[in-house]
Amino acid sequence: MDFFIQQIAAGLTNGAIYACVALGLVMIYVSTDHINFAQGEMAMFATYLAWAMIDAGVSYWVAFGATILIAFASGLFIQRVILKPLETAPVLALVVCFIALLSIFNALAGMIWSFTIKQFPSPFPQRDVFGNGLVSVQQIGVVTVTLLMLCLLTVFFRFTTLGLAMRAAAQNATSARLMGVRVSWMLALGWGLASAIGAIAGMLVAPIVFLDPNMMTGILVYGFAGALVGGIANPLGAVAGGFIVGVLENLVGSYIIGNELKLSFALIMVVGVLLLKPAGIFGRVIVKRV
Amino acid sequence: MAALLEIKGLSAWYGQIRALFDLDLTIEQGGVTALLGANGAGKTTSLRGICNMIRRAGTTIMDGTDISRRTTEDIVRMGVAHVPEGRGTFVALTVEENLRLAFHIRRDRKAAERDMEKVFTYFPRLKERIHQQAGTLSGGEQQMLAVARALMLAPRLMLLDEPSFGLAPLIVQEIFRILRRINEEEKVSMLIVEQNAALALELADHVYLLETGRVVMSGPSEMVKNDETLRKAYLGY
Repeated sequence: MDFFIQQIAAGLTNGAIYACVALGLVMIYVSTDHINFAQGEMAMFATYLAWAMIDAGVSYWVAFGATILIAFASGLFIQRVILKPLETAPVLALVVCFIALLSIFNALAGMIWSFTIKQFPSPFPQRDVFGNGLVSVQQIGVVTVTLLMLCLLTVFFRFTTLGLAMRAAAQNATSARLMGVRVSWMLALGWGLASAIGAIAGMLVAPIVFLDPNMMTGILVYGFAGALVGGIANPLGAVAGGFIVGVLENLVGSYIIGNELKLSFALIMVVGVLLLKPAGIFGRVIVKRV
Repeated sequence: MAALLEIKGLSAWYGQIRALFDLDLTIEQGGVTALLGANGAGKTTSLRGICNMIRRAGTTIMDGTDISRRTTEDIVRMGVAHVPEGRGTFVALTVEENLRLAFHIRRDRKAAERDMEKVFTYFPRLKERIHQQAGTLSGGEQQMLAVARALMLAPRLMLLDEPSFGLAPLIVQEIFRILRRINEEEKVSMLIVEQNAALALELADHVYLLETGRVVMSGPSEMVKNDETLRKAYLGY
């Protein structure tokens, strides 16, 4: 039983990180219909920035906040400078562009900070919550940060006019323009937010898996699985999907197929969901009358 | 009456195909102008051209300011509200969110809140459905929502693209009655595109007749109404 609880806790912790990655993917997908393959590498790069700051003596939470801001600004910058000129380009050109971004960030991180593994500090102590070895403060911390971020985003999208404008732009760009919404800037904001969310995911996962330029490769696949399982067009679904993938992956890995095949299990889940319920488990089917 | 919008030599293209040929058009302050013509005459294209939604050439002067090269968003922010073909409903947003979207560009929050109340006096039906997903509204209600959304922008000019399209006659009459009230009470000028010529002639005080992307005739709507040959030739009734 103890082992089972440990696995659930570890699964939820991983799930929280997948949820962040999934959310970043969804943020860009809903407004542009594109999957940003560079999401993971952008997060990894941001994590390196945080590491460099902490290494230079900056306190953890200051570095954490600064990294989120820098990540937001760079997301905005990437959309404005690299993707805006490609707004009318065919999808394949964009795919190439995303893959280019992926390898650029990967190579750049390796060039600046080398490919050797680095330890990344965690703001949360490693000790147990209950003193029985089941759940660590670190795990609770990761899940809390994710949920907190989710609450902030929900408030932003539901209760601010800027959030409403972003949703409108994602849903119907032409109509949003006719309401005076600067759609292209809304896309840029979406990129900024996605990049900031990714940075949070990177900084949360780095203490667990250690920091190296390939840190996010596997996690991106899990995040993608989470997004698809929950519903790629639905942010809350994507988060739920992230947690589901995290827990199931851990349980199936520990009890049934072993840790080596965990990643393939995530992919099996993706295929299963796409076959049985293409909109995702929580995918909302929008009612439309004509 | 002074001209609110002056269009000179408006041409427009869809890809390589030219759809509009040197259109000249003047919209009077406070007036209702109708753009009539058959399918493919260039009515919708003219509205899109004014809002810079397609490749176009020519000058558009709004109240003395040249808006020919402004983006669609900026033209809207200057007070031109376009009620598009197909109604442009944000189907996954609620009725309230559809209307509140205007708050994004409104700087005067209090006035915007008042406008929201006013919109509901014009369209009480929308108030009943305020928390409903807009995609679940009937066609007529969605058309009302489209006009209401435009009204929330506190526009000086409303461009209406076939507000009668696909709606039952009773609903159409209701919507046109409300449009008249909006024109009279809010002093919003209107440029309306219609297939239903009889209906548009009732509302409009000035008419332009379009044929294959060119203006073939223009004048006061009384004149067109009373000229049987003209009606038979271009409006089919």
